[in-house]
Amino acid sequence: MANITLTIDGIQVTVPKGSTVLEAAKTAGVFIPTFCHDPELSKPGACRICVVEIPGMRNLPASCVTEAQEGMVVNTQTPAILAARKTILELLLANHPEDCLTCPKNGECKLQEYAYFYGVKADTLKGAKHDYPVEDDNPFIVRDMNKCILCGRCIRMCDEIQGKHIIDFAYRGFNSKVTPAMDTPYSESDCAFCGNCVAVCPVGALSEKGMLRKGRRWEIQKVKTTCPYCGAGCNFDLNVKDGKVIGVTSTDGDVNGRALCVKGRFGYGFIHHPDRLTTPLIKKNGKFEEASWEEAINLVAEKLGGIKAKYGADANAILSSARCTNEENYLMNKFSRVVLGTNNIDHCARL
Amino acid sequence: MTNGIKEIADADFILATGTNTTEGHPIIGLQVKKALRNGATLVVVDPRKTEMAEMAQYHLQIKSGTDIALLNGFAHVIIAEDLWNKQFVQERTEDFEALKEIVAKYTPGYVAEITGVPAETIREVARGYAKAINASILYTMGLTQHICGTHNVFAVANLTMLCGQIGKASSGVNPLRGQNNVQGACDMGALPAFFPAYQPVANEANRAKFAAAWGVPEMPAGPGLTVPQIINAAGEGKIKGLYIMGENPALSDADANHAVHSLENLEFLVVQDIFLTETALLADVVLPAASFAEKDGTFSNTERRVQLIRKAVEPVGNAKPDWEIICLLSTAMGYRMQYDSPKEIMIEITQVTPSYGGITYDRLEQGSLQWPCPTTDHPGTPFLHTGKFGRGLGKFNPVEYVEPDELPDEEYPLVLSTGRRLYHYHTGTMTQRTGALEIAYAEEHLEVNPVDAANLGINDGDFVKVSSRRGEVTVAARITEKVAPGLVFTSFHYPEVAINKLTNAALDPISKIPEYKVCAVKVEKLPATAAEKAS
Amino acid sequence: MSKVTLTINGKQVTVPAGTSVLDAAREAGFFIPTLCHDPANPGFGACRLCVVEIKGARNMPASCVTEATNGMVVETESPAVMQARRTIIELLLANHPTECLTCDKNGDCRLQDYAYRYDVRQASFEGEKHDYPLEDSNPYIIRNMNKCVLCGKCVRTCAQVEDRQVIDFTFRGFQTKVAPAMNTDLAGSDCVYCGRCVAVCPVGALLYKPMAGKARTWELTKKQTTCTFCDAGCQFDLNYKDGKVIGITANTPGEGRPLCLKGRLGLELLYVDKPLTPMLKKDGEFVEVTWAEVLGLESVFEKLKAQETQK
Repeated sequence: MANITLTIDGIQVTVPKGSTVLEAAKTAGVFIPTFCHDPELSKPGACRICVVEIPGMRNLPASCVTEAQEGMVVNTQTPAILAARKTILELLLANHPEDCLTCPKNGECKLQEYAYFYGVKADTLKGAKHDYPVEDDNPFIVRDMNKCILCGRCIRMCDEIQGKHIIDFAYRGFNSKVTPAMDTPYSESDCAFCGNCVAVCPVGALSEKGMLRKGRRWEIQKVKTTCPYCGAGCNFDLNVKDGKVIGVTSTDGDVNGRALCVKGRFGYGFIHHPDRLTTPLIKKNGKFEEASWEEAINLVAEKLGGIKAKYGADANAILSSARCTNEENYLMNKFSRVVLGTNNIDHCARL
Repeated sequence: MTNGIKEIADADFILATGTNTTEGHPIIGLQVKKALRNGATLVVVDPRKTEMAEMAQYHLQIKSGTDIALLNGFAHVIIAEDLWNKQFVQERTEDFEALKEIVAKYTPGYVAEITGVPAETIREVARGYAKAINASILYTMGLTQHICGTHNVFAVANLTMLCGQIGKASSGVNPLRGQNNVQGACDMGALPAFFPAYQPVANEANRAKFAAAWGVPEMPAGPGLTVPQIINAAGEGKIKGLYIMGENPALSDADANHAVHSLENLEFLVVQDIFLTETALLADVVLPAASFAEKDGTFSNTERRVQLIRKAVEPVGNAKPDWEIICLLSTAMGYRMQYDSPKEIMIEITQVTPSYGGITYDRLEQGSLQWPCPTTDHPGTPFLHTGKFGRGLGKFNPVEYVEPDELPDEEYPLVLSTGRRLYHYHTGTMTQRTGALEIAYAEEHLEVNPVDAANLGINDGDFVKVSSRRGEVTVAARITEKVAPGLVFTSFHYPEVAINKLTNAALDPISKIPEYKVCAVKVEKLPATAAEKAS
Repeated sequence: MSKVTLTINGKQVTVPAGTSVLDAAREAGFFIPTLCHDPANPGFGACRLCVVEIKGARNMPASCVTEATNGMVVETESPAVMQARRTIIELLLANHPTECLTCDKNGDCRLQDYAYRYDVRQASFEGEKHDYPLEDSNPYIIRNMNKCVLCGKCVRTCAQVEDRQVIDFTFRGFQTKVAPAMNTDLAGSDCVYCGRCVAVCPVGALLYKPMAGKARTWELTKKQTTCTFCDAGCQFDLNYKDGKVIGITANTPGEGRPLCLKGRLGLELLYVDKPLTPMLKKDGEFVEVTWAEVLGLESVFEKLKAQETQK
């Protein structure tokens, strides 16, 4: 593939032909803010926060949709650019609730990040503000359209990755809004609640209902793991606070990228469910009684050993588990063949 | 799978048979949708009008259990119209003539009669598959949970080899595995006939090798039993002791009443699980296990991709990871098992499992690996059977269509099929306890075609009694054209609708898979009072 | 020492006699919010956020100034307690800028923590708001009195050091304000910028100027260090962002640990990636000075130089 060389903020950078100025800047290690841009999705060039200055070009082009050219000279931090970015932020903030105090995305919000970075205060411009009711009539996703900045990433995620296209822009001008067809709530649409829209929302417009008031973003520790449900093998981050899993968020999975399904993203509640078994149980006179590990293990050892001695090794059998790890299944196979001395081991591969 | 999940997106022809991909494997479904966006042709073979079927250019709504006829029909058309890949068949396969002979009688007209799919559609799909640059076949339990499940898979393999649609990217046979680590459990020797990496137990050299590796004089040689055989043997009193880890056969096994009776017949049952499942309730001892969030380890996904799971929180209460419990028990029974961590177990696994030979936790920290990965410098294997098949030449195994074990009759006039819902998983042990999924999909129902509903006088939401020769359940009816007339459908996610009390435990003689997808049932409307009681 | 046993949220707790209910509850693992409580300066009882229900007590006492007694029955999160705390937070927020968006204390602010915990959104009460000008007329401390919750921790910690006592409450009622004598700015006072007040401020009213605008609190990792400029052994935190130290903050000013400007500046020179030029007040004006002068090393340097020239 042909390469081209350009200069960004005085740094020479060589990138494949066809790269955008934004991509070239990233290669050069130059920071450019973005709202609507997402490397996995199509490029609408809508939010304009990524504008740069390129001599010879009329106005300030959006770097996310401007192709890098041989010999191009790009500036990303001139006074004109900073002024433009500040104005964009002021306009967005003019119709954005000043709600960081309790907002679930406080600490993980692009609008907040850039307002701080560029020193923009919330109340510079005064104007009409939306007062949409917050939608939380489904068990998975909270939608606060007052916080929506209309970047459209959720729309493109739903359409281009999830293939559902449940949501799109409705209305015009100040009344523009992201919504399912006929402006219904998610719960009345064909939404399958994969939550992939939440994963790409840069602000607090879409958030995970289960994580509401469970912890601030900076208090959360993320642990990358593999989903326990179907055989696709999606990766996600378990969100942990104070020793409890309080949510699941997208990571960059080898199989799934950031996409998850409703079970993977919202099906973690069983981990701390009060029904979890917390102690060994031994049935005495038809009723379960709590027992110590020592007592339970010794009883099982005695019984399985007794059956082997009395009826032969093949009177015992094992159902191993497609839910457990490789290591555990390996040990079960070893236990069956070495300790019980039988090949009567199988699992529900057939279900 | 012979291919990777992401390769599906680049296929230009996808034949999805017996898979409700967007509900059962939603993230794999995304790759199918991506392929469609790229202009691929999607053919869905399913007795139900699923979301996948709605997306497809061709929905072949076959009669349950007639897959072989359909697949042979495709092969017939491809041979008759001279569309088969002669070079591939010549260089890479054997016994083509046998296939040609058997499929000769499966003319589109004959197949249309058996399957209910129009002859012209059969021709079009056959041509599309044969002419595609790369064609991927996806299937799940809709193909395998039949008494002829293995033959169904043979018929798929025959079609694939006939057209040379295997051994290259985006082109092959791709069974989508239903559980997070069913691949790994098989790889690790949780099977009666195999040691890890499918090394046959029947082979004396293998037994000697494992006896040496595990430091014992010998390995058991006798053929072990499969799940249905274990359950039957328990019922017959031949199996006395059963150790179940993380499974719930009381709900999941076909003919579940029989399974429960068999488990009750045991002298000793120990169940190790994270919840007190329907099966655990029958146990003499219950051992509390840690969930996936509470331990380290690896899962192997449907495309043979080995990935880490990481401990995020401490086990609840006194629960312990399964590997620790097995070690405790083994040691208590006189064989010392001691590992500091799953990482250490993996080191032992790699020494006796050639396909995992190069897999280490340190490598997995950097990213997942697809086996075969024999050495630490091997990059892993994205797709199988490039250049040559495991056995050398691919062998055509022509198969004949047989009817399902139990067909509808006067007493039980409808066909019951079972499957999954998007919001739930298996016996619902986990998904019924999430504080979210069970709210979104709160109760199960039985899908009934409007024609049958009218005949039975059932309205949407009415409670009905569904019964087979083996058992009965009460469930609300959902009148929908998703199912063809004569077919009813529900899931096995709900203990309240324990549908496997009804299913037929007749087994495929080769794979020992029960025929979950077809059994004969009758549906009766319940009087209002009985329905109230039931609800 | 004699002990007392009391019941907190149904749990029996035994503590030494004289322990406050607050300390007893925290000891037992129960959460009680506080704004004005300073372990180094206990017993103020002003903010009332720490109220609890005690069986038999009139009203809800502040747990920080209530001594635990034998047989006492305490509820720390009863509906009445929660309601009282919510109201207190609502009242505080009624006169607090909703400025977390760009506030440097966002993520490390007790008022924010408690608003989140008790789910108090802004603007439950509408009322007058202060509009004090931002005070940054000195090189070290920024004071935003609009964000002050009048907990008085700064006043008390300042008063703990002899000869300081620079600030105190002034005016009355809604006009109440923490200020140096005659309501001057810090620059016009005898303040020596030791930073004790900044170290204890629970909200965004007081900030270290050299760190303002440099990072969000959640982007920082802290590493403790001990100042070695004198033998007081004051504890400071090095604040890392992206692997670089961007500022020094003082830990809690403990007993016999006065904190001082010289110590903090010395640590800045030692550790901070790009330390700002130090400034000292001369003839009432802050002027840039050398590091040698601000650290009091000029005479040493001169002697060294003299030694050099003698050779």
